[in-house]
Amino acid sequence: MPNKLHRHPPNPQASASASFEGVVLPHLDAAYNLARWLARDDTDAQDVVQEALLRALRYYASFHGGDARVWLLAIVRNTFYSLRMKVPADGVHEAFDDEMHAPPDEQPGPEAQTLLALDVGSLQRALENLPHPLREAIVLRELEECSYKEIASITGQKIGTVMSRLARARERLRLELSCPSKEARQHDVP
Amino acid sequence: MMCHDARLLLHAYLDDELDAAQSVAMTRHMQACADCTAHYADFAQLRQAMTQGSLYRRAPDALRAQWTAAMPAAAAPASSPRPRRAPIALAMAAGFAAALLFATPLWFYASRQQAGGADTGLSEVVSSHIRSLQQQHLMDVVSTDQHTVKPWFDGKLDFAPRVKDLAGAGYPLVGGRLDALEGHSVAALVYKHGLHIINLYQWPVSTDAADTAATQWHGYNVLCWTRGRMRYVAVSDLNQSELRQFVLAFQDDATPVMR
Ligand SMILES: [Zn+2]
Repeated sequence: MPNKLHRHPPNPQASASASFEGVVLPHLDAAYNLARWLARDDTDAQDVVQEALLRALRYYASFHGGDARVWLLAIVRNTFYSLRMKVPADGVHEAFDDEMHAPPDEQPGPEAQTLLALDVGSLQRALENLPHPLREAIVLRELEECSYKEIASITGQKIGTVMSRLARARERLRLELSCPSKEARQHDVP
Repeated sequence: MMCHDARLLLHAYLDDELDAAQSVAMTRHMQACADCTAHYADFAQLRQAMTQGSLYRRAPDALRAQWTAAMPAAAAPASSPRPRRAPIALAMAAGFAAALLFATPLWFYASRQQAGGADTGLSEVVSSHIRSLQQQHLMDVVSTDQHTVKPWFDGKLDFAPRVKDLAGAGYPLVGGRLDALEGHSVAALVYKHGLHIINLYQWPVSTDAADTAATQWHGYNVLCWTRGRMRYVAVSDLNQSELRQFVLAFQDDATPVMR
């Protein structure tokens, strides 16, 4: 510990930036991964991360320890939605009603396991087709390995909401990836 | 437990987010219910496929380089992900400390606290600098000399910026652009020093009374001064003494101002 103290530059601001680099920048991949899945475009994702890091720098003084990854991912998410507001590229603002998307009551069918198309291309398409609230939940859970509590804190939702969104995200992915898929049917159309 | 409840809890079970009692109840239900077990198997398979890594989008190298190279004075020796950089970073930190010790009275070191984000002017300058480092924003006019940069500003601003070529001193002028700081339209000159970029902002002021200051903000060094009714702000990831060398070169009256 004394060694570590000795090696720090004798300047509070230099230390602050040192800790920004040491504390926040290690989560750059996590930030980009979330931004990329939300934006679905490389350039937009870079803009989102760039802006999010600038905001993180600006707010860094108000970050009082805790999980820097969760803190940064919440900023990335807010940045994405605020930048998206400015450009109505996505068309109509997608209103998301948690009640509306209740999981479909499965018909009591055959208990056999569904055959799923799980190649990367199909998975990617299915993920990109999810509405944003479901997509961010599943990306944070499966790719970022966040706990429900972390997802709740990043997305500003209750843990119960996180749980049901994850359930719905997976139900939809399962439906979309089931082998006699809609896609196959579309190919039949002349 | 009924299938309906099991279908929702299945996911929390898969995510290991159930308490012990619920977990046992789920296990029991699945032992008795082939349908829920098949569902579970689907979702487990889906999870397996998603976590294989090819869906994870890593930050592009350019973005990473921009943010890690942007903070050279920010020596983070203990937690640096790339230990090979540590000696250089430490050396720069040492240089920075030395610069503080030998600071001449010309520059007073303004130690500004960032509590409550009070220092918006400084963060604005640094943010502008960082933004400019994005390739497409760096410069509107790319030039190797002042003869192209200087006329480019004509008619774009209500003042004539002072443009100097400092290639002889080791700071080639590489371009210029319009920017906005603290509510002013400003001229930004872009200089290079080795691999480092220096943004020099300038705009007219009514008096020369404004202070000369050297500050640091998140690893960027900022030097401000006023001369000939022009306010100047230089910002760079160069360390403070190096940035001061640049400013002295710019202030040197032996270097002619382009007219
Ligand atoms: Zn069941």
